[in-house]
Amino acid sequence: MTRDIALGQFIPGQSVIHRMDARVKNLLLIAFIVLIFCSFNFVSLGIITGAVIAVILLSDISVKMYLKSLKVIIVIILITSILNIFYGSGDPIVQFGIFKITLSGIYRAIFVTVRIICLILISSCLTFTTSPTDLTDAIERLMKPLKILHIKVHEIAMMMTIALRFVPTLLEETDKIMAAQKARGADMESGGMIKKIKAMTPVLIPLFVSAFRRAYELAVAMECRCYQGGDGRTRMKVLKIKKLDVACILVTVLVLAGVILCNIFFAAKI
Amino acid sequence: MSIIEVKNLSFTYGIGTPFEKKAVDDVSLCVNEGEVIGLIGHTGSGKSTFVQMLNGLIKPTSGQVLLEGKDIWEKSKEIRKICFKVGMVFQYPEYQLFDETVYKDISFGPRNKGLSEEEIDLTVRKAAKFVGLSDRLLNKSPFDLSGGEKRRAAIAGVIAMDPDVLVLDEPTAGLDPKGREVLLAQIMGYHKERKNTIFFVSHSMEDISRIADRVMVMNKGRLEMLDTPKNIFAQVEKIESMGLRVPQITKIMMTLRERGYDITDGVLTVEQAFSEIINLLEKEGKI
Repeated sequence: MTRDIALGQFIPGQSVIHRMDARVKNLLLIAFIVLIFCSFNFVSLGIITGAVIAVILLSDISVKMYLKSLKVIIVIILITSILNIFYGSGDPIVQFGIFKITLSGIYRAIFVTVRIICLILISSCLTFTTSPTDLTDAIERLMKPLKILHIKVHEIAMMMTIALRFVPTLLEETDKIMAAQKARGADMESGGMIKKIKAMTPVLIPLFVSAFRRAYELAVAMECRCYQGGDGRTRMKVLKIKKLDVACILVTVLVLAGVILCNIFFAAKI
Repeated sequence: MSIIEVKNLSFTYGIGTPFEKKAVDDVSLCVNEGEVIGLIGHTGSGKSTFVQMLNGLIKPTSGQVLLEGKDIWEKSKEIRKICFKVGMVFQYPEYQLFDETVYKDISFGPRNKGLSEEEIDLTVRKAAKFVGLSDRLLNKSPFDLSGGEKRRAAIAGVIAMDPDVLVLDEPTAGLDPKGREVLLAQIMGYHKERKNTIFFVSHSMEDISRIADRVMVMNKGRLEMLDTPKNIFAQVEKIESMGLRVPQITKIMMTLRERGYDITDGVLTVEQAFSEIINLLEKEGKI
C-alpha cells in the first residue's frame, strides 16, 4: 500500500529536465511557483499552464506517474475549489439561502484548481527528475549565503539528505513489519478510530526500534569515515552550469515576460 | 492428499508504473500433507513473493492457491483467517517483536485467532518449548534477548498459532553455525511431532538437502525444477547455470566418482559421505 505514494519519488532518466543543473532547477521551480500565483487572468494563466505542460512532456516521464501524484491531493483540490465557488462577490447566478454562486466565484474556483494542479505537477517534476542527493546538494549551495547569519547550512543539508534517503527504507520496513504482523493475524483494517490506532502498536514499536538502530549504525559508519561536518569537504560531483541550463533560464525569462505583459494588457479576472 | 495446490500462479509488481516487474510467472504445483518442501532460487527469483501468496498476504495477479481444495481468495473478506492455517515466518523475524514480554509477544497470534486464555497459555508454552525458550526467558522483554533467542521467540510466535502449513523464509540466515544447527533440529523436531506441511526457503543447500522431501527451484519467477533433493542436486550444471550451487559434500563425492572411485550417486549429507568413504576403505582393505 505504501508503494503507491508517487509524490517525491525519483525516476532516473536522460531527458532534458533530468540533465539540468539541480540548482537551476530549484531556482526555476521557485520562479514557476511565483508565476503560477501571479497570473491574474486567463491568458497569463494559460501561458503558465502551457509552460508547465511543456516541462512535463520534456521530462520524459509517463503522464500516469504525474496523475498518481495528483491522486494524493485530490481531496484538497475538491474542497478548496468548492469553497471558492461560494466565495465570490457580485450578482448571484444561483442562490440557496445564504449560499450564492457568482461568476467571480466560479472564476476563483477555476483559478485555484488550475493553480494547485500546476503547483503539484511542477514540483513533482522536480522530485521525479532530480536524485535526492543532487537536490540537497543544490539546496546546500543555494543556502550558502545564510552562513553569514551563522546558520549551519551543511548540517541542515546533511540532515535533509539522510531524511530523504531513509524515507523509502522506512516505508519498505513498514511494509515488511505490517506483512509480518498480518501474518500473525493482526487486524489493521476493521474497527473504529481508537481500535485502529491501537492496532498500529505492533507496527510502530518495531519500526521505531529499527529506526534508532539504523541511526546508530549510520552514525558509527559516518564516524568511521572521519565525517566531521562541512568544513574543508570537497565534492565528488561538482555542479556545473551548462549551455542547456542557460537556455532553460532564458525560456523561463520569456515565460515570465509573457505572464507580466498579459497581466498588464488583459483585465484581471480575480 | 494434497493440502496445497497452486494453479498457474502469477504476480506482477507495480502494474502501470515504470517499475513494473513480473515476480512470479505461471507457477503450478501440488503439495501433500506432511511434506517438507525446500525452496531455492537466486536473489530476486520470486521466492519471497511466491510464499507470501500462499497465505494471502499478496493477492495473485492471476492464478489460484487452493488450500484443502478451496480457493483462499473465494471469500476475500475472510482472507485474514488463512494466516492462521498457513503460518508465515518472514526473513529476520526478530524485527517484528514488539510486546513487553516474550510471553505476550508469542501470544499475539493465538490471541488474534480468538483462543481462550487457557488455550493461549497452553499453546504459548508448547511453542516456546519447541524452540527451546525457557520459562525464565518468557518473562523477559524481547529486546533483552540475544540474536538467536529473538529469532526463536519470533518463530514461536507463529508456531503458537498451530498452523497446518508452516512457511519459513530463510529462518537460519545470519545465525552462527551452532545456532543454525540448533534451530534446524528444533524445526525438524517440531515437524516430527506436529506432522504439518513445511515450506522452507533457504540459500543454504546443505540445510535444504538435509530436511526437504522435495525441492522447488525458482529462476526469474518461474518454477524450473521440482523433484527430490537427490535428483535436483544430481544436475550440477543446470543448478549452477541458475546462480545456485549443490551442497559442497555432494560436489566432493561427485568428483571422487568421476575419478573412478566406487561411490553411489546423490550423496547429500556429511553423514552419508562418511559412511560411503568408510565402506570404500573397508572394501579396499585399508581399515
